[in-house]
Order: sequence, then C-alpha cells, then structure tokens
Amino acid sequence: MNACGSVFKYGDNVDTDVIIPARYLNITDGNELAKHCMEDIDKDFVSNVKNGDIIVANKNFGCGSSREHAPLVIKCAGISCVIAETFARIFYRNAINIGLPIIECPEAARAIQAGDEVMVDFDSGMITNKTTGESFEGQAFPPFMQEIISAGGLFPYINKKK
Amino acid sequence: MGMTMTQKILAAHAGLSQVKAGQLIEAELDLVLGNDITSPVAIKEMEKFDKDTIFHKDKIALVMDHFIPNKDIKSAENCKCCRDFASKHEISNYFDVGQMGIEHALLPEKGLVVAGDAVIGADSHTCTYGALGAFSTGVGSTDMAAGMVTGKAWFKVPTAIKFELVGKPSKWVSGKDVILHIIGMIGVDGALYKSMEFSGEGIRNLSMDDRFTICNMAIEAGGKNGIFPVDDLCIEYIKDHSKRDFKIFEADADAEYEAVYTIDLSKLEPTVSFPHLPENTRTIGSFDEIKVDQSVIGSCTNGRLDDMRIAAAVMKGQKVAKNVRCIVIPATQEIYLQSMREGLLEIFIEAGAVVSTPTCGPCLGGYMGILAAGERCISTTNRNFVGRMGHVDSEVYLASPAVAAASAITGYISAPEELGL
Ligand code: SF4
Repeated sequence: MNACGSVFKYGDNVDTDVIIPARYLNITDGNELAKHCMEDIDKDFVSNVKNGDIIVANKNFGCGSSREHAPLVIKCAGISCVIAETFARIFYRNAINIGLPIIECPEAARAIQAGDEVMVDFDSGMITNKTTGESFEGQAFPPFMQEIISAGGLFPYINKKK
Repeated sequence: MGMTMTQKILAAHAGLSQVKAGQLIEAELDLVLGNDITSPVAIKEMEKFDKDTIFHKDKIALVMDHFIPNKDIKSAENCKCCRDFASKHEISNYFDVGQMGIEHALLPEKGLVVAGDAVIGADSHTCTYGALGAFSTGVGSTDMAAGMVTGKAWFKVPTAIKFELVGKPSKWVSGKDVILHIIGMIGVDGALYKSMEFSGEGIRNLSMDDRFTICNMAIEAGGKNGIFPVDDLCIEYIKDHSKRDFKIFEADADAEYEAVYTIDLSKLEPTVSFPHLPENTRTIGSFDEIKVDQSVIGSCTNGRLDDMRIAAAVMKGQKVAKNVRCIVIPATQEIYLQSMREGLLEIFIEAGAVVSTPTCGPCLGGYMGILAAGERCISTTNRNFVGRMGHVDSEVYLASPAVAAASAITGYISAPEELGL
C-alpha cells in the first residue's frame, strides 16, 4: 500500500480541538464534519486539500480528547497519510482502528516542507520526498496492527476472527 | 524482572503471570464507558457490522454529560440514540438528566470502579480512576464498540514514570497545583504512551478528590494512565461507595521506571497554565496583573465536593468583580445536593456567581459559558488549547478552584492570599 500527495505542514502538539472543534461534535457524519477539519489553525486547509494529500507534523500530533472524529475528519477530508515525529496515544489507536494510515518518523517530519510531493510505502515504512529527492526510514506497523489495518479497521478485524 | 502497578493489573486481566513493557496483550475489561459524544459513533459502528450484542449489561456505562440538558436538536438526537440503545440492551448503568453527572466524577461516586479494575472509556479523561488503584485509560469510539461487544481491548504494555511525593501542601495548594506543576515540568508529551505512577509518604496528605484531579490530568502529560497505590483512605472510599470486591495490586520493589521524580508538596505554589498549552505553567506572583472576563469552577477535573468547599471558602461574604461572569458547576447531582445542604450554593449565588446543573458545558466549548473573541477565562478545567472554550481568539488559563474563585472576586488572576485569606 502506498500514499502519494502534496504536503500540509504543521508544528508541535496539534490538538484534537483544532483538528475538529467541539462546537461541531454534535455532527456525526464524517463528510459533513470534514468541512471543518483544521479550521481553527488553518482555515484554508479544507479549500486547498486534494484527495491523497499528506499531513506532516512535529511532536505529539493529535493530543487532547479521545474523539475519533479527529482521525475520521482527516481521512474524510482526503488525507492519505499523516507523518509525525510522535503521535498522542489515543489518536494513534483511533487512527489504526478507523484505518487512517499514520507513520512516525522524526527525521522526515523535520525535513519535509509544506508543498513538497511525498510518497510513503506502508509495507516498508519508506518515505520519499520527490521534491528534494531525500528519503527516510519510518517505522512500519507491528504485524498485529498491520492485520487490523489490512482488514479495514478494528471491527472488520474482530468480525473476521469470530 | 519486577512489574509496575499498572503492568500487574494488565497481566492479571490478560491471564498472564508476567508482562513486559512493549508487549501487545488482550485484556478482559471490568467496565466500558461512553458519553453522549462518543457513544453514538460507537453504536453506529456496531450496527454497521451486525454485531448487535453486548458482552455484559452491567459492565457498560453510558453517561450523557457533554451537551445535556440537550443544547440543540443534534445533541438531542445523539442522546436519543444512546437512550434507545441502552433500553434495547437493558444497560443498567445509563445516566440521563436527573441522575447524570460528569462521567469521571459520577462513576467513582456510584461505586462502578474499584481497585484492581481494568477500565476503558471513550473519553480521554477516563484515566481519572487511577486514584482508586485501577487501570483506566481513554480510547476512541471504535475501541469502545469493540469493548462493548467482546469485553476486551488490546493494549501495548506501557513503561512508567514514578513520581515520589513527599511533604504536605500549604493551605491553598491542592491536587490541581500538583498536576499542573508536573505537566509544566515534563511537558504535554512528557509521559507519552507511559504510566504515571505516584508513590511516597506525601500521598497521605492528599484527599481522594485531590488524587482524582491528579490522575484526571495524566492525559495532559500524554500519559496512558495515572495511578495511586491503595491506602486506607482509598479503601474507605471504595467501601463507602461500592459493594463490589476489590483487589489491591502493588508495584514490585524491583519494578523498572523510565524516570523517577521526587516532588516536595510543601514547596508547591498556586500554579496557572497559560494559553494555549497545559505545560505553559507559572506560579502566582511570577507574572503581572492579568484581567479575566469569566471564571469557571467545575468539570471532571475540579467539580467535586472538595472543590466546591474550597471555592466557597474563598468566596464567602465576597462579591464577584464587576465585568466578571463566574460559573460554578457541581459535577454530579450528589455533589450539587451536598453543596446545597452545606450552604455552599448560597455562598456562590450571594457572591454573584451562577450555579449550573451538572454538565461539561463550557469545558469543551459546548455551551453555558462560551467566550467571545479577545475574552479571557480562568478555569478549573483541564485544557486551554486554541478555541477550547469558544472563539479562536479567546484565552483559557487553567488553575485550581481556590485561584479561580479568588480571581472571580478580584477580577484578575489571584491567589486567595490577596483577599487576606
Ligand atoms: S468536563 Fe471537560 S474534560 Fe471532563 S469529560 Fe467533560 S468535556 Fe471532557
């Protein structure tokens, strides 16, 4: 599985309140919610994002609340992968459980710039910056998590096991 | 090799005699929690996959607390979805208007969590129950759905950081100052993926409400859970609130910690987190006058009885400053009632504050105290992210009930000492 797209770049501690503000949490439909993705830190995100694009951020991406709406709106907005130095733990779980590919790679997170064209190979964890020609070795998922992701999320995975 | 307290509880729930940090395990759960925001997502997920059965009708708790009494049609529909689901599956621990409270204050009060339990909740502050010597952690809606169906969850066994607490805090220093101090020290990702285990003789100087507040904000340091050892005070609390059997786990003497910090409680001062991150802490006295427009005293962090008593002790006979709105929110019906019996609500109202029915309300910018652009709030809640309580250009400063109450009176961020207390 691969992701390929241009990059939206953010800093440290991007929290779930800016990914999807609580004022919209009475909405449960992912596509409708996605219209507000990132609006409190980047109001142009929604109008500029194209299917397949990639978010790159620094430390502790997704910190804050347990709202699964956060990885969900990112996925529904068309983002194919999030690369960060580290992820907050609930966001990490949620992303796996709903099938949003994420990858930890401090070197890539620091080097890649907004607008770069980036390719990610999930099986190997390789991240290639096509704009600069650099490549980085990210952390591939452990086999257990790969199974969840390839089943399409936690629920299909449980269904399959039963 | 020895195990931490958290590792022992996880091992017991995975049916293993030993676990190691980093190991992936599947653990049996004693309780699965959800609220009016996260449960509808979990319920829809379950229905989508035709897994419309639950593992145990007494081991699921659904608490309507974020947007209720319902603030609009959509939130009413979300609650209805939970209500219908609870009645269809005969879920015994469904809490709606009239019985509800903010989930993390309500569950311990109802005796639904006891020492030795393993609990997941689709709410990040589920880590609160560590104060009872339980392993509890926040997850998302899909984990909640899977937990409701299977009674199990997968975990990566965490490493731990140990906080050795010594000494006795001074009069106006409480659990909130302890945890804000720690977050300021280690940062908002200082305990990422790790347990925060508290120990030391200083613990006996902390009330159960202090311990709930401390564990509650483990997530603000990135922690997987926070946990206190089970002492006499804790046992008394559990026996007062629950009929369930409990089990005491202790860390092994040779348990491994990634770091050990000693914190002298007697040296702590009233601490405030500046916008827009809980780690931006400063102590009162180290900054100039900061005027506030609103003071919020409540939430799953500081809406408990101790908090109401402290706030009332500060506000007694005083008046809320002109141009400040002070909103007091007891976290549960029981706390509300007890505050009424003790005359605390009268003190708040006479001072010019409003007292709300239990709700999360303004804590997450839901309703009941939303900020306009440029406004500033001192709040006993737990997050001060951009836009958390309203407009993206508003500001939230986190502090203890003593500081939030004193600031409501003076009109700027203050410690109770400034009122001669
Ligand atoms: S009071 Fe605030 S932090 Fe606590 S559960 Fe409610 S919204 Fe979340």
